[in-house]
Amino acid sequence: MSTSIALVVLGAFLASAVEMVEALTIVLGVGIVRGWRSTLIGAGSALVALAALVAALGPALRYVPLGSLRLVVGALLLAFGLQWLRKAILRASGFKAVRDESEAFRDERARAEVAGREERAGLDWYSFTVAFKGVLLEGLEVVFIVIAFGSAQRHVAVAATGAAAAFVVVIVAGVLAKGPLSRVPENTIKFVVGLLLTSFGCFWGAEGAGVDWPGEELSLLAVIGFFVAVSLLLVRLLRRRRLVLRAARAEA
Amino acid sequence: MRYLRSFGRFWWSFVVGDDWLVAAAVAVALGVTALLAHHGVNAWWLLPVAVVVALADSLRRESRRS
Repeated sequence: MSTSIALVVLGAFLASAVEMVEALTIVLGVGIVRGWRSTLIGAGSALVALAALVAALGPALRYVPLGSLRLVVGALLLAFGLQWLRKAILRASGFKAVRDESEAFRDERARAEVAGREERAGLDWYSFTVAFKGVLLEGLEVVFIVIAFGSAQRHVAVAATGAAAAFVVVIVAGVLAKGPLSRVPENTIKFVVGLLLTSFGCFWGAEGAGVDWPGEELSLLAVIGFFVAVSLLLVRLLRRRRLVLRAARAEA
Repeated sequence: MRYLRSFGRFWWSFVVGDDWLVAAAVAVALGVTALLAHHGVNAWWLLPVAVVVALADSLRRESRRS
């Protein structure tokens, strides 16, 4: 397995894991309060829709020439990955609150407790729609990453396997923990995923634009190293800036 | 029409996110890289540098707002 394929699997696995942890919090919050049948049918329907999306788009993208595909995928990955990286840097430096799964779980439970009961097609409609939307929206990011990573490398099935493995790991961990996975270091994982998305986006985008990277695939590692170093430096600078701002506010 | 608008808004916030300037900078940098490559200049360094500048600028603006 080449380095880039291993990194594609790792990226798909981590992105899927972190999104599935968030989806699990929603499903647990609703299921524990309102019952499991409608909640699981909602979550399952969303998973089927996501799998169908990967199965339909993955093979279709094989017919797009690799150069054009890498340009488009690179641009999308860069725009998308920079969102993840930007938020992770803001969280790591204290400018943005870190997501708290326990708090999200409490909020989800509170909403589920006060929501009215409406039956449609034999289902508790609130449980079904909240679980469906939660899994679908969190899963869409995973599908986007799997298709982008997989299609640009012509290995959609490999990327999908990485994402599916993460899904299994999160479900097993959730069943064992019997609660939200609040000890998962979400921001660190999002930081790594943001770095991978940005690095691959940069590498493929430039390649699609007609660039020949010196050292070919090896330069992907250099690009990753470059973005890691710059991101850590930016976290340091922002932390310092925050301390200065806090001191100035305390003085005022 | 309303459905189309909310569909477009969803994909805009999905791909572009909070700071459209970052996405615009990426698009311009890719365009310039392609233009240079077309004229025989192998500007492999341009995109990583542009990405870092766009990211740092976005973070600077966000930290000023906070």
